[in-house]
Amino acid sequence: MKTITRNITTLLSVSAIAFTSSAAMAQDLSITITNLTQGLHFTPVITAAHTSDNHMFMIGTAATAELQAMAEGGDISGLASILTNADANISENPAGGLLAPGMSTSYTLSNDAANTHLSMTTMVLPSNDGFVGLDSWKIPTEAGTYTIMLNAYDAGTEANNELVNGGGAPGVLGIPAAPGGDSGSNGTGVTDTESNTMIHIHRGSLGDDMSDGGNSDLNNSIHRWLNPVAKLTVTIQ
Amino acid sequence: MLSLSLKNINFLHLASNSAATKRKTLLATSLLLALSACGHDDDKTIETPTPPTAPAEYSYSVTLTNLTYAQPLSPLGVVLHADTKMWTVGQASSVALEKLAEGGDNTDFIADTAALASNSGDGVVLPGTASTIEVSTTDRNATFFTAATMLVNTNDAFSGLTGIDISTMAINDSTSWNLAVFDAGTEANTEMMGSIPGPADGGVGFDAIRDDVDFVAYHSGVVSQDDGLSSSVLTQAHRFDNPAIKITITRIK
Repeated sequence: MKTITRNITTLLSVSAIAFTSSAAMAQDLSITITNLTQGLHFTPVITAAHTSDNHMFMIGTAATAELQAMAEGGDISGLASILTNADANISENPAGGLLAPGMSTSYTLSNDAANTHLSMTTMVLPSNDGFVGLDSWKIPTEAGTYTIMLNAYDAGTEANNELVNGGGAPGVLGIPAAPGGDSGSNGTGVTDTESNTMIHIHRGSLGDDMSDGGNSDLNNSIHRWLNPVAKLTVTIQ
Repeated sequence: MLSLSLKNINFLHLASNSAATKRKTLLATSLLLALSACGHDDDKTIETPTPPTAPAEYSYSVTLTNLTYAQPLSPLGVVLHADTKMWTVGQASSVALEKLAEGGDNTDFIADTAALASNSGDGVVLPGTASTIEVSTTDRNATFFTAATMLVNTNDAFSGLTGIDISTMAINDSTSWNLAVFDAGTEANTEMMGSIPGPADGGVGFDAIRDDVDFVAYHSGVVSQDDGLSSSVLTQAHRFDNPAIKITITRIK
């Protein structure tokens, strides 16, 4: 009886130590991202656990060159590089390419003790510089499943002319592609100015109902959206 | 229990062949043991009969509030069920959901095989108004909740929530959600005359033909004739944003 009591006490103190120190320990995150739209594709997703003072993007500030490359062309190599240099834990391209409308992709991410915050970005196609993002979400220390609804942002780096011309490189005006094959052509351009050059909530695409000509190459019945556009489910073991 | 007892008796019968009296005693003892064991089980059942009182009732009131400018909502369909979802983003709508989302008819939806209890609102819920219905059950497995309504001035937009765990709700507990709009994915969002059942058109509701992406996702909003869809019967007034509805559930029993 005494032995049993002692064993229980030992077990209790061990689990108490594990519990109280969990905040400073590595965690295993199981993450699922769902594309909630019916007509937009997401480019390769990049997710990172990083220190509290790091960000992939911040609303109201100018995009970094690396974020711009992601938001205009879906290129996450620059973001991956700066996150690696900042000792972040990174997941790149879990879907192995585009995340199609209505589809989900699941992946795991183990974070180091210092990397207490989670961020994620992916470009919206077709758009000029629209992206879905999560900015520095404090990873809970309590085990459980957490759901985060995500909005679409505008990187503020390119005018939303809504012309699908293959322009995916940073600074090249235009939309790189409409993967659904449902865009129009020969539009005249919705606008050629971007007066708000800070990252902001995307005002949405305009589109038109003409497959040939009109202002926009986008289809106003397919390529518009309302927020939220993505759902992130994070399960902490 | 019985077969085991008989096996024991046979074994005893074969093994004890030295003295008939002893055998008989053993046989009698084992029979007695077997009988008394059975009798004990029977007594237990009799001693603790099912209470004659009615089983516990679980009752909920569900309030739907229309947050839109000009999108009347079809009668709310409410279903209590076990752990399941009645739609999933990325997966095809059931025909019952298609009927609700295209025509506002929740008859089949609330009669789903998963439904352990259900109810329907008794009328359209106009913009700026709210409507409350109740749903009750004695089924202890009815611990998940689904509610859905159509935005009737659309092709196939609906709002609601599904597979919500309400097992931990105590009496007078209340939870609210401001909810986004889904697209059933079963009818193209043409917004054309004759395709929308609501007062903006008075067109056809349910049509079994599926001419859209055929999976549920979030709705991208209506475009309307005032915002660039020349063939649309809708106007700027019918546009909506998220959230479009509010649902409140309160456990009342």
